[in-house]
Amino acid sequence: MPTIIAAAAVLVIALLPQVAPWLQFVLTLAIAKGFAALGVAVLLRAGLISIGHAMFFAASAYAVAFLARAGVNDLGLLLILSVLGGAFVGAVAGAFLVRYRAIFFAMLNLAVSMVFYALCAKLYGVTGGTDGLPVPVPAVFGLVLGEPAFKSVLFYLSLGLMVLVGLAVRRYLNSPLGHALSAVHTNEIRLEYLGIPVWAVLLIAYVVSAALAGLGGAIAGFAIGRVVPDFAFWTASGHLVLIAVLGGIGGVPGAFIGALFLELLHSAAVTVTDSWNLIVGMTLIIVIMFMPQGVYGLFARKEATSL
Amino acid sequence: MTPPILEARNLHVAFNGVKAADDVSIAIGDGEFLAIIGPNGSGKTTLLNICTGYIRPRSGSVLLDGHDITRLSPRAIARRGVARAFQIPQLFSAQRVIDNMMLALAATDGLWSAVQPLETASRRDEARALLDLVGLADDADRISSTLPEGHRKLLDIAVALALKPRLLLLDEPTSGVSALERFPLMEALMAALRQRRITALFVEHDMDVVARYASRVLVWNAGNIMAEGRPDEVFSNAQVRQRVVGVA
Repeated sequence: MPTIIAAAAVLVIALLPQVAPWLQFVLTLAIAKGFAALGVAVLLRAGLISIGHAMFFAASAYAVAFLARAGVNDLGLLLILSVLGGAFVGAVAGAFLVRYRAIFFAMLNLAVSMVFYALCAKLYGVTGGTDGLPVPVPAVFGLVLGEPAFKSVLFYLSLGLMVLVGLAVRRYLNSPLGHALSAVHTNEIRLEYLGIPVWAVLLIAYVVSAALAGLGGAIAGFAIGRVVPDFAFWTASGHLVLIAVLGGIGGVPGAFIGALFLELLHSAAVTVTDSWNLIVGMTLIIVIMFMPQGVYGLFARKEATSL
Repeated sequence: MTPPILEARNLHVAFNGVKAADDVSIAIGDGEFLAIIGPNGSGKTTLLNICTGYIRPRSGSVLLDGHDITRLSPRAIARRGVARAFQIPQLFSAQRVIDNMMLALAATDGLWSAVQPLETASRRDEARALLDLVGLADDADRISSTLPEGHRKLLDIAVALALKPRLLLLDEPTSGVSALERFPLMEALMAALRQRRITALFVEHDMDVVARYASRVLVWNAGNIMAEGRPDEVFSNAQVRQRVVGVA
């Protein structure tokens, strides 16, 4: 995607809440889901479909709630610790899951995430059960803000992180490690014969993807002000895969484009009809049929093979 | 013979009762170009699979520089300086030709950098030099799946060379390569092997290639070594001429 288009898009997103304040929440949530979808897209480069990444989204959101309850009250610290928490859960689950491929990988991710969901829903004393846990408004660099001001800070912080983390992920995917990840999809045998440990390449990717999903979950927790087990439900994981495919996995912006597109479409559709699912579904069918590269494919240079 | 770089001792391998190696021992000396010839299905590729850790023999051992590598993985053996080019090219088909090369180069000098890009000026130059060696310089930016079969074969060899191996195992390097390209490829390959002091073991069906380039020939038949020696000695063996070369 040409830099000028990307910069213009970020600028437009930054200005939109000034025109329509109600969009601030929608866009913050879209960016949060974009991070998680980017995590899914990272694994898709290796041909691995995770239908369980909402687990990491929820794990970090719960981590924020637990840490806040334990007295940690700084936005930056909460974000860092919760993302590390998501990455840790990713390392533990990934060590087992990256040994599997294709449908087995997808189903095992789903199974593990549903165990996590069940624990969140049933351990009432710890997680608040289906009521979930509140995520209080934290201080920002020592400043105690009112909720509206905090939500604005959160939105612009999310937007900034989208750019910075996006660039970092692009760098990773263009590195030897990122190329090895894509190579897993086409020829694991050759990778092994190059002396490259496929398991380690995948585990690193899995931890990166879990951390990205965790960052999204933490932002969503702050934006919504509460974390509930539904964050980890399998439909949420499916939603992330949908966003990744809809946006296009050819580049980092795809995940965010997909998330913004879907959230805005959803917001518009619910104002038109109760059957908003019909509009969303029809739009998805059209995009998938006529834009196999996803919405991002409209902006990406045709000759580009990587990010 | 110079001290062996690779030794296989008393190998036994069978698939569904068919013996691919029946108490076979071979050794390849440092700097040799050992050719293995034999009928299809006689167990030649199986030997390469054993030597690179892809399959394990029922009994016997494989030694690299005197160290037992029988139970090591292909990855561990590759990291000890053994590279392989395959009968059916093993490429990253969705990636560009030059990316295939640069990933192989990166495997030897810094795969774990998640910060540096794969494509650096020095790596690109080195990759292009190797592609030029095998005659693929003009295809550098093509997606490797779009290459004709012969060129995919050449790329597979170039990828193996990019690992800077001490020992290179080539499975039918000229199969799929056009008759016009066959000898120029072998000339370039042999020059590269000599220049880089790479020992080579190659399975080959083209007897002209074997006669011209092998320093020693080993004839594999039904899991056994039928004959062994210099090319002229082996090709003058009546049994070999009848059963393998196809000339009575």
